[in-house]
Amino acid sequence: MSVPALQTRDLSIGYPRRRKGDICLARALNLRLEPGSLVGLLGPNGVGKSTLLRTLAAMRAPLAGQVLLDGEDARRMRPGDLAKTLSLVLTNTPHPDLMTGYELVALGRLPHSDWLGRLTGSDREIISWALDAVNAGELACQILTELSDGQRQKLMIARALAQETAIMLLDEPTAFLDLPRRVEVMRLLKRLAHQTGRAILVSTHDLDQALRNCDQLWLMREGAMLVGAPEDLVLDGGITETFHTDGISFDEGSSAFAVERSAGAAIHVKGSGARETWMRRALERNGYRYDPAAGVAAISLGQNGQGPEWHLTIEERLSRHHSVAEVLATLKDAGI
Amino acid sequence: MSQLVHKSPRASSAIVETRPADASQIWNRRRFAGGVSSLDRRFMILLLMTLALGTLLLLSMALGSVSIPLDQIFSALLVGESDSTAWTNIVLKFRLPKTLTAMLAGMALGISGLLMQTYFRNPLAEPFVLGVSSGASLGVALVVLSTGASGVAMIASLGFTGDLLLTTAAGLGAGLTMGLVLLVAMRVRSNLTLLILGLMFGYLVASMVSLLLYFALPERIQAYINWTFGSFSGVTVEQLPLLGAFVIAGLLIAATSVKPLNALLLGEDYALSMGTNLRRARLRIVLSTALLVSAVTAFCGPIAFVGIAVPHLCRGILRTSDHRILLPGTCLTGGIVALFASLIAEIPGNNLVLPLNVVTALLGAPVVMLVILRQFRGRP
Repeated sequence: MSVPALQTRDLSIGYPRRRKGDICLARALNLRLEPGSLVGLLGPNGVGKSTLLRTLAAMRAPLAGQVLLDGEDARRMRPGDLAKTLSLVLTNTPHPDLMTGYELVALGRLPHSDWLGRLTGSDREIISWALDAVNAGELACQILTELSDGQRQKLMIARALAQETAIMLLDEPTAFLDLPRRVEVMRLLKRLAHQTGRAILVSTHDLDQALRNCDQLWLMREGAMLVGAPEDLVLDGGITETFHTDGISFDEGSSAFAVERSAGAAIHVKGSGARETWMRRALERNGYRYDPAAGVAAISLGQNGQGPEWHLTIEERLSRHHSVAEVLATLKDAGI
Repeated sequence: MSQLVHKSPRASSAIVETRPADASQIWNRRRFAGGVSSLDRRFMILLLMTLALGTLLLLSMALGSVSIPLDQIFSALLVGESDSTAWTNIVLKFRLPKTLTAMLAGMALGISGLLMQTYFRNPLAEPFVLGVSSGASLGVALVVLSTGASGVAMIASLGFTGDLLLTTAAGLGAGLTMGLVLLVAMRVRSNLTLLILGLMFGYLVASMVSLLLYFALPERIQAYINWTFGSFSGVTVEQLPLLGAFVIAGLLIAATSVKPLNALLLGEDYALSMGTNLRRARLRIVLSTALLVSAVTAFCGPIAFVGIAVPHLCRGILRTSDHRILLPGTCLTGGIVALFASLIAEIPGNNLVLPLNVVTALLGAPVVMLVILRQFRGRP
């Protein structure tokens, strides 16, 4: 067995209350975060992901149990030592006036510097390395207020890297980012974990990216924590159960959330490739049911001189359409 | 398996090697083009500020209702006599304490304003947000407005006269408030709570002062209002060391807070994650501010504007948020602004003296507006 970078022992997290009794979000957690691995923390809103991260980062006291960093109780560590072991990236990206990207990343060296926070030659080397590691070299001389959220988040990650900690915790770092930026950040974290041997825990709502990049997932739901490889958690239904809500469920086949089938009119679709997929999505969106055999209407993909077209058959009457919208409109007009 | 092999960029050079070499070279070139030259630039600006402060110190000694030649000022200061006894008296008894008071007060207010703005992450924060000056004003109001004529006579017979009485009252008010603020600062969890408590305390005290004003005799009210105008001229040579001690102590404490202040630029959560002892940092910042503000308010009255404007002015000139540069910069800028204001207030060659608070805001506000507009130009 390897030495975990972070380990919890019978950890209970939540909020202490004076009179009414504590609010406990999760109890008896025995988690291990291994060096060189990227772990995704997933769970519905309000289940306590942030509280768990803050407890792991020793920013709040556990209700019971311990957080061990390299075998040492996190709550007993001095702030300076803690900052050399564990770094943090949060959802919001602060952007103080007049600060450059370089100065932001240089703040990561604070735990290692003297009382004035002066940078030595090796500090500068580490800062340049961190900037390069997140592909943000060209942001070094720019003012933070002139950057986008995604660029600032990359710099915040570089800052955490420059802090040179064995453990990095990230609380929804991609929440405000667009899809390409989210993909970029998650891939970056995976690369950093594997290449630098850091133990990285990232909480996210982006299930798809977590499934694609994480070595392990921690699925948090009320009263329990499921831990395992992403694929195992999909196959044994862990993800389906965790995220199940009325009307919405995780489809293990397509690896996406789907609105549960309604009892609408059954329609048969024949075709292939992207066109068929999107036609079925359109029907699903409008409350129709897909019928593999037959239905009150049948849609098939045909060809005419200009290109592909849809053939819609309702009660043996055939009509031809150029777009999905036309097909939907015709179905509606026919009272289906 | 698994040792922690993460440390040092050399151990993880794989990442650097996967990057195209030219990008990192571009970035290195930029660093030396941007980073180092701007350091030089900032050093030059600090040097110029020091020169400006020195010049203003001399001007403040030389100019006033009477102009005194520079060589006479030096001989009065160094030898203790000049061509005219009147000049020697003016230099040693009036202009020297006034000049040094203005410089110390400007530095103190500038630094405490910077501390408050950074700590509360609020550009509108100022030295008085913690309520220390409100406490001082209550002390003064109590003495000026409520003691009957016999009471004043009695206190006067104990050796307290006019200004000293006010200074003592303001000092007591500020000191008590300072203790209260420190007690609260040790207990509350977030800086926002502290900010709101400080503001509420300020309102509470202001309403008490208003109540006193409401029931006071008109001529007493004038005395109180005179105090609120602020002045650098009330400090005697004998009181100067006391003011100096408070201000120097406050500045030293501020200087040891450079690192936490820089960390706090990213907010308390990040500061904590970067090894800042939040409680200790808060105590230092509040203690430093309280020492600086209570001393200045006790000796000079509630001097508005300098505390909120000087940090902005300094950031605008130095174009940085790094407290290693801002702290000396704000110190110098504060001294410059206060000396300049005191010079203008005493319109040279004339006996007219304008209220200090009128001058600081009247001249300072447009300057700060310009700096701020320049700084935020092109911002969405």
